[in-house]
Amino acid sequence: MTIDAILLIMMGVMFAAAIYLLLDRTLTRIMFGLMMFTNAANLLIIIMAGPAGLPPIFRDDIAADEYLDPLPQALTLTSIVISFAVTAFILALIYRSWVLARRDEVQVDIEDIQVAEQPTYDAEDDALIADEASEFLEDHEDPNIYYEYTTETNPNVDSAEPKEGDRW
Amino acid sequence: MLIVLLALFVVALIAPLIFHKTGRSGFLILAAIPAAGFIWLTAQLPNVLAAEELLASGAAADHQDTSLVQTWQWIPQLGIELSFRLDTLSAFLGLIVLGVGAAVLVYCARYFKADEPRLGSFGAQFLAFAGAMFGLVTTDDLMVLYVFWEVTSILSFLMIGYQAHRIFARRSAMTALMITTLGGLGMLIGLVMFGHAAGTFRISEIVAQGAELLAGDFAGTYMTWAIGLVLLGAITKSAQVPFHFWLPAAMAAPTPVSAYLHAAAMVKAGIYLVARFAPAFSSENIWQIMVLGVGMWTMLVGGWRALRQTDIKLILAYGTVSQLGFLMIANGLGTAAGAQAGLVMLLAHSLFKAPLFMVVGAIDKITGTRDLTKLSGLRKSHPGLFWTATIASLSMAGVPPLFGFIGKETVMQAAMDWGLWRTDAFLLGQPNFWGAVWSWAPLVIVVLGSILTAAYTARFLWAAFATKKVRAGGQLQELPQTPALRGFGRLGLIPAALLSAAGVVAALVPSWVGALPYGFSQTFEHIEGEHVEPIALWHGFNLVLGLSVLIILAGVGLFVIRGHVSRAQDAVPTWIDMSRVYRNGLARLDDLAIWITGRTQRGDLSVYLYIILAVTVLAPLAVLLFPTNTDETTISLPNAAFAGDWILTGHPVYFVVAAVMILAAISAIRAKRRFWAVLLVSTTGYALAAVFAFQGSPDLALTQVLVESVLTVAMVLGLRVLPPEIPKVQEEHDKQWARALLAIAFGFVMIWIAATVMASRIADPISLAMPELSYYEGGGTNIVNVTLVDMRAWDTFGEITVLAAAATGVASLVFIAEREKRRKSLSEITAGTVGAYRVEELPMNETEVKSFRSFFNVQREPWIVAGSTMAPERRSIIFEVITRLIFHAIILVSLYLLISGHNLPGGGFAGGLLAGIAFAIRYVAGGRFELEQSIKVPAGIILGSGLAIAAVAGVIPLFFGGQVFQAYDVEVVLPLFGHVHFASAMVFDIGVYLVVIGLVIDVLRSLGSEVDRRYEIEIRDRTEAEQRMTAARVSAQSSGGRRDH
Repeated sequence: MTIDAILLIMMGVMFAAAIYLLLDRTLTRIMFGLMMFTNAANLLIIIMAGPAGLPPIFRDDIAADEYLDPLPQALTLTSIVISFAVTAFILALIYRSWVLARRDEVQVDIEDIQVAEQPTYDAEDDALIADEASEFLEDHEDPNIYYEYTTETNPNVDSAEPKEGDRW
Repeated sequence: MLIVLLALFVVALIAPLIFHKTGRSGFLILAAIPAAGFIWLTAQLPNVLAAEELLASGAAADHQDTSLVQTWQWIPQLGIELSFRLDTLSAFLGLIVLGVGAAVLVYCARYFKADEPRLGSFGAQFLAFAGAMFGLVTTDDLMVLYVFWEVTSILSFLMIGYQAHRIFARRSAMTALMITTLGGLGMLIGLVMFGHAAGTFRISEIVAQGAELLAGDFAGTYMTWAIGLVLLGAITKSAQVPFHFWLPAAMAAPTPVSAYLHAAAMVKAGIYLVARFAPAFSSENIWQIMVLGVGMWTMLVGGWRALRQTDIKLILAYGTVSQLGFLMIANGLGTAAGAQAGLVMLLAHSLFKAPLFMVVGAIDKITGTRDLTKLSGLRKSHPGLFWTATIASLSMAGVPPLFGFIGKETVMQAAMDWGLWRTDAFLLGQPNFWGAVWSWAPLVIVVLGSILTAAYTARFLWAAFATKKVRAGGQLQELPQTPALRGFGRLGLIPAALLSAAGVVAALVPSWVGALPYGFSQTFEHIEGEHVEPIALWHGFNLVLGLSVLIILAGVGLFVIRGHVSRAQDAVPTWIDMSRVYRNGLARLDDLAIWITGRTQRGDLSVYLYIILAVTVLAPLAVLLFPTNTDETTISLPNAAFAGDWILTGHPVYFVVAAVMILAAISAIRAKRRFWAVLLVSTTGYALAAVFAFQGSPDLALTQVLVESVLTVAMVLGLRVLPPEIPKVQEEHDKQWARALLAIAFGFVMIWIAATVMASRIADPISLAMPELSYYEGGGTNIVNVTLVDMRAWDTFGEITVLAAAATGVASLVFIAEREKRRKSLSEITAGTVGAYRVEELPMNETEVKSFRSFFNVQREPWIVAGSTMAPERRSIIFEVITRLIFHAIILVSLYLLISGHNLPGGGFAGGLLAGIAFAIRYVAGGRFELEQSIKVPAGIILGSGLAIAAVAGVIPLFFGGQVFQAYDVEVVLPLFGHVHFASAMVFDIGVYLVVIGLVIDVLRSLGSEVDRRYEIEIRDRTEAEQRMTAARVSAQSSGGRRDH
């Protein structure tokens, strides 16, 4: 199969420009990046169809390999329309983000950072609890009743200090 | 067998209903099921024994009584069957499971308080557990065994966590679950390895070919791992060191659970597994270490720890740990004597441990405590409990003439035989110290462990019943009698007394009770010179009897000097505590999890993108640079691209197209204004359309141009609320370079991949058949369109679903609350209000506006319907005229594209997009009311009906005996068109057409009309506010001025 240098260079430049835009913080630029990425990918698929051929409109006297390969074309066609829908969706996202926060940027997710910085102490797992000496304890006799008030520095249930009002 | 199993599970399911009617006495009804099963199983015993004898005499397994082997297909593809098999081992364990189960259920009826709220689910779990356990010991399929195994783990978890509102119960339950499922998962791997090696999941077959497995293809590391993993399951389930700590923690469960699951039944599952596989694998080193070694260690650790407990239930719990180690040793020896001794001891343990737990539960209920420092004087106040406990305890300590004594003696005899045999077999030729130690270790450890057992038995009896003395003020004082808070129904104690008494009776008729263990031992290959005697109470004066006496004396001695013992206990450093190691391990695991999460989940999109894209660049690059194909006949990968058939370009026009596209792409990166960037990105799209056209793809070119046009409109509409300049985000210089580098590398790698693929292509494309297929089968000449609506219709159907979803997404992001408001008729709208400029923003002066107004002041709209709603300064007469002229023409062309698409370029996608453009033109010319008037059906209905038509087109062939999306060719005669060739796939294309129109309309309506409406409301509110402000300022000034005068 012949390799068309100019088409490949077009595709490469498009991909590069698309990736550069995609890595931006601005939502609008990310959208442009995505659109150009789709264009580049569609170009790639159609390059894979081989050198220019006849339009795939069937005629008896044409050999099958003289048409431009129809399968990549069908794939590209759906891809074009889908990318339109996706772009419209991103547009709506940009609009919403602007209406809500007056920002056109991808924000850092605060929740993720909080997850990373959370303490590892969990009273449910880490409190030093006391053994129960009977199966017939009333709830208020539970020796571990205040376990939720233990802390990393004071994990022992016996010395847990419940807030006023939470005591039995 | 299956009936017993089903009855247990079915009654478990309806148990909550029973308890709803009966309260706690429902346990008596539940107890009837395992009791009936017990009787049935007893009736089967002659058969079982006869079958075993037949088998021992060399008959094939197939000839067995069919009532003892039952098999149903389950997953034939994997060779997994619901197969059940009753042999001596499973019958013996089945009897224990059902018998003790029935007894404990009767006990439950009085153990729980009458007003206990959660009995329904507890009873269900308990009975289901009995079912799972019975299934576990009777199934003959490894995978079914595994299923029952894990079911018991889960039910154990649920029942330990009975008091789920208390952290103590929750944590104990979690610990038990974690440890047993850890082992269970390891075991699953081991079982699969067994099945793979043996080619069957039948347990009986695997055991039969044990020797072949150990010598065959899988011998060595594979079998070592397989056996080791299966044993991991066994030792975690049976609470062996170092996993033993979950069992004492599990004492948080109600006593019936402790008596049944954690003494008599579930913890014996591991022992069962060991006994089951002992004939096949006991000679392996891994077996010796994990069964004998671990068992010996466990026996000592459990006994030692039992001696320091102050909670009488924990004394029993650690005692159970110790006894489980004991059972592991006995069953793990792998000799016929060991097998018989192991089973006898297993029964003895169930007979004494279950009633002891029941007594502890009764004491707990009566006094409200299990703490030995609070219990005192119960021997006198509760003689019934005392005698029940004493008989069971003496059996536990191995005092004659109780069954526990027989059990212990047979184990010691077996250990001694084993030692003698090993000495003969391995040591006489070449004496070796460690070999000798290992040969005699089981006997020594069993004796030491039994001494500890005798000691903690004494301690238990003393702790529970004695009148204790405490040192107060320098002199010994008697602890006062512990008061009884509640009673304990006599009915509940009958099972405890019966089980205790069974320990006495069994010792009197050892030949009956020992029949099954003896039968089981006959399935083992006898070691040299071994002759297994049936068990008996009296063997005469021999060494073993001497050891028994020694054990009892030493045990009592240890109890007497308990003060010294407890001081020695305190000297053991606290870190030697597996539960502490376990909890610290879990805490470190938490730390690690948070650390990893923090490192990988940065909350920053660009970090993820950098990682993903870097991998996308580096992975293919690695393959290109270091290919794995060293085959000389194919082209080597790195050079393929260079050896390819390169040409500069296929068409000179590509120089121009490339120049435009590259220029636009690079400018788009640098563009600072949004709309300029929109135009540049669109330019790349149009350039792409040109490439499509010149390559020979009219469909693609057409669609690309249409999409690019609609998209340009959508982007202008969507981005107009944002400021015209794209904000500058501060970015480090380094990062920009990294970004550029990554981008260029990506582009370069894509070129290389594409060139490589094209250069190394040798096969014909699969699409060569498609032209003929599409014409002769699909009935259309446009191959691409036939591909879309016929050959790959499923794919297209998926795609239009995505379109509908995206359209709905756009609408919901903009409208949020409701997508369609009630439509106003045109007469309700004040003329000239839509899109009015604010006065100060007006590009023309007032005279100009006035002349505009007069120009548009006509009765009837000549060109477009809603023109009068627009503010005059917005209107363009030329645009309105053109819209009028071309709208219908465009719609007609779009229909033409749709209908002719099967044979000529076009189709549903292109047609739909073109129709969408027609509506976009109406909207731009006449505002949002013009759009409303031009298409009165809501977008949602258009999308939905499009999908529906496509779906119906797909399904209809089913009614004519075809397949989904099968297409038919029809020749019809239409009045105007004459003969029309009609392919049924076109109906599908109509669905596509509607969905695309719906999508465009939704975009226009959301990003266009709705944003307009909100903007107008905003402007109006702002103007009104300003007017009010001005009025207020004026009135304030005038009133202020008046005051001045």
